[in-house]
Amino acid sequence: MEATGLQVAWFVLFFVLIAGYAVLDGFDLGVGVLSLFNRSDAERRLYINAIAPVWDGNEVWLLTAGGALFAAFPPVYATTFSGMYLAMMLVLLGLISRAVAMEFRGKIESASWRRVWDRAFGLGSLLPTILFGVAVGNVLRGLPLDAQGEFVGTFLGLLNPLALLCGFLALAMFVTHGAAYLACRSEGDLRERSLRTAGRIWWAWVGLYAAATGFAWFDAPTLFAASVGRPVFWALLIVMAACLGGFPVAVRQSHANRALFLSGTAIAATIGLCAAAMFPDLVPALAMPSHSLTLVNSSSSPLALRTMLIIALVGMPMVLAYTVFIYSIFRGPVRLDEHSY
Amino acid sequence: MDPVLLARIQFGMTIGFHFLFPPISIGLAWLLVVLEGMAWRTGDATWKSAAGFFGKVFALIFALGVATGITMEFQFGTNWASYSRFVGDIFGAPLAAEGVFAFFLESSFLGLYLFGRNRVPAWLHWVSILMVALGATLSAFWILVANSWQQTPAGYILDPVTGRPVLTSFTEAVFNPSTWPRFFHTITACLVCGAFMMTALSAELILRGKAVAVARRSLGVGIVAAAVFSLLVAFPFGDEHARQVALTNPEKFAALEGLYETREGGVGLILFAIPRTNPPRLEARIEIPYLTSLMVHGDPHSPIPALDSFPPDRVARGAELPLTFLSFHNMVALGMLFIGVSWLGLFFWWKGTLHQKTWLLQGLRYSWPLPLAACTLGWMAAEIGRQPWIVYGLLRTSEAASKSVTAGEVLASILMFGVIYALLGALWLFLLYRKVQHGPEEVA
Repeated sequence: MEATGLQVAWFVLFFVLIAGYAVLDGFDLGVGVLSLFNRSDAERRLYINAIAPVWDGNEVWLLTAGGALFAAFPPVYATTFSGMYLAMMLVLLGLISRAVAMEFRGKIESASWRRVWDRAFGLGSLLPTILFGVAVGNVLRGLPLDAQGEFVGTFLGLLNPLALLCGFLALAMFVTHGAAYLACRSEGDLRERSLRTAGRIWWAWVGLYAAATGFAWFDAPTLFAASVGRPVFWALLIVMAACLGGFPVAVRQSHANRALFLSGTAIAATIGLCAAAMFPDLVPALAMPSHSLTLVNSSSSPLALRTMLIIALVGMPMVLAYTVFIYSIFRGPVRLDEHSY
Repeated sequence: MDPVLLARIQFGMTIGFHFLFPPISIGLAWLLVVLEGMAWRTGDATWKSAAGFFGKVFALIFALGVATGITMEFQFGTNWASYSRFVGDIFGAPLAAEGVFAFFLESSFLGLYLFGRNRVPAWLHWVSILMVALGATLSAFWILVANSWQQTPAGYILDPVTGRPVLTSFTEAVFNPSTWPRFFHTITACLVCGAFMMTALSAELILRGKAVAVARRSLGVGIVAAAVFSLLVAFPFGDEHARQVALTNPEKFAALEGLYETREGGVGLILFAIPRTNPPRLEARIEIPYLTSLMVHGDPHSPIPALDSFPPDRVARGAELPLTFLSFHNMVALGMLFIGVSWLGLFFWWKGTLHQKTWLLQGLRYSWPLPLAACTLGWMAAEIGRQPWIVYGLLRTSEAASKSVTAGEVLASILMFGVIYALLGALWLFLLYRKVQHGPEEVA
């Protein structure tokens, strides 16, 4: 069966939501991971306040992507969330820890109290970051599915080499991106150090990207077979390479805003590449292509998709407008006042 | 152990803990719109101090609501994959709409409200708490749309091949027969929660002699809101909702009212009874004759179907029956208590002596958990009373759980969430009362 325009639209929109999540929550998760490596209590406080006004809105991209997946492709939502059960529970553990850590941290004047919540904040950022990468790696590689589209693998099976490489790639991406964001929201010495960190972790990003791609060439060859014939794949690849190439230049020239823009665009383009490589599959079935969940065999009814499209077209421009507005209010170096965390 | 039972326990526990926080934050958000609005319009330091204090309390409550809320969006897929496959065509859209229209709004403007006080003009700061309140209310609307569709499904046909519901009318699905009664009942309940929270903390401050001038202001706002909304939540909204259940879900209504055996003539309103199982029956019953028939049909002699008039595989059974009966009746009893206490408080506030009535303040200071208990009981009555269905008449709870998830995995997550939530709950209480101990800024 041919895919309808509505199904393709929702395939694209779902990945746009995921890309929005990766770009926006990506930097605040990255800031969380970086805070683990900062020994200064005062600077860790700056880290948290750099993301405090915006992280919650960023996380909504994940919730909305989840809701959109549920509505547009219910079997995909059901299979991936139940199939990766323990991984999902650990993601929740991380996201809950970091959310309360930010609120609790400054509530008691005690260095050891703050240290505990800083750890919770950092580890609560690290764990979901890696697991998101692991999840994407597994979906790219294909999940073991039966004829009903039910997951038939194990938790340990999810920790395969390609998935782990993707997990560390996600970590490198978000940390680089987070360091660039920190540079935008700080001044003086902290800004310089953040830029240096961004420039250094960038190497890990590039290295892990190459390693994951090379490994996938052997582990998941179908990803490449279809995509080489698609212009959009090459266009995204060029965008991604250009942004990734421009990043160290921006860092060297101390252009923090440009670096942040480039790392964000590179992350979005990477998500786009995943989509372009998988199309029309949403969850390829490992070794059993006929069991794969595609945008044709797992989409909701045309009326449901059309209704959702109207909701998205009405709602998302408003969301983007006030998101940009609120970011513009909190731009520039963090200034602490009596309302800060 | 039965994986479905474990999945139900896990869902009940995680949503039960989550559902403690949104009702207070929805209610408090609207009361903060009032406090912040007064502070902005009058420029008065007392209003400003009250708004600042309850803004901080709000942040603490909201944080727990957000942290525990992410779990909910994931759990339909993780624990109830078969349910998700079955209802995705209809149930997913309200969840996505909740993200697009509600979560973005409340989360984005919350950041502006909490951290933007010194960065934006006063009117914009007030607009930001207004947007938070609006977003939180819209969020309640969309999640209630989704849940109401489980109670009274509408706007669909069953696909002849898959047997699953397919959307035929989005507006009929959204405005299904129970959406509005449940929305108004729940939103007013949220305002009762917020109002009693504000009243209780204000009473606490007055009794401790902390920033008394500020606390008297918020006590007034709290007690007026508590009186207005504890009345509205019961009459007309609770009454209306009960009548709707009697018409649309008669089996649930029988379970709520403890009508186990068909009797001739009108049905009385039970004030007190001890429910027993095997067979289901009520002992030590005290009732007002004919009142339930009168309230439902406007006729004291009209019969109401009892549980034994439905097929046994379509009604709740075992422990579900006493749980439904008890949660419903205790919710109603608490609701009556709220009306009594808040109107007594309102009377003294009207006379200008509420802040001196130490005996009443002593009661009010501990009152805030009770509306939360009532919310939880009402939600239990709604969900357990619907059993054996997860979607009324369409899908059984026993067929809804994830097939690829083992009982061991669910048990592990129950333990994980149990430990974390117990810890979070304790820390939250501790920090809330530290906030109170610190108190609002004193106003000269």
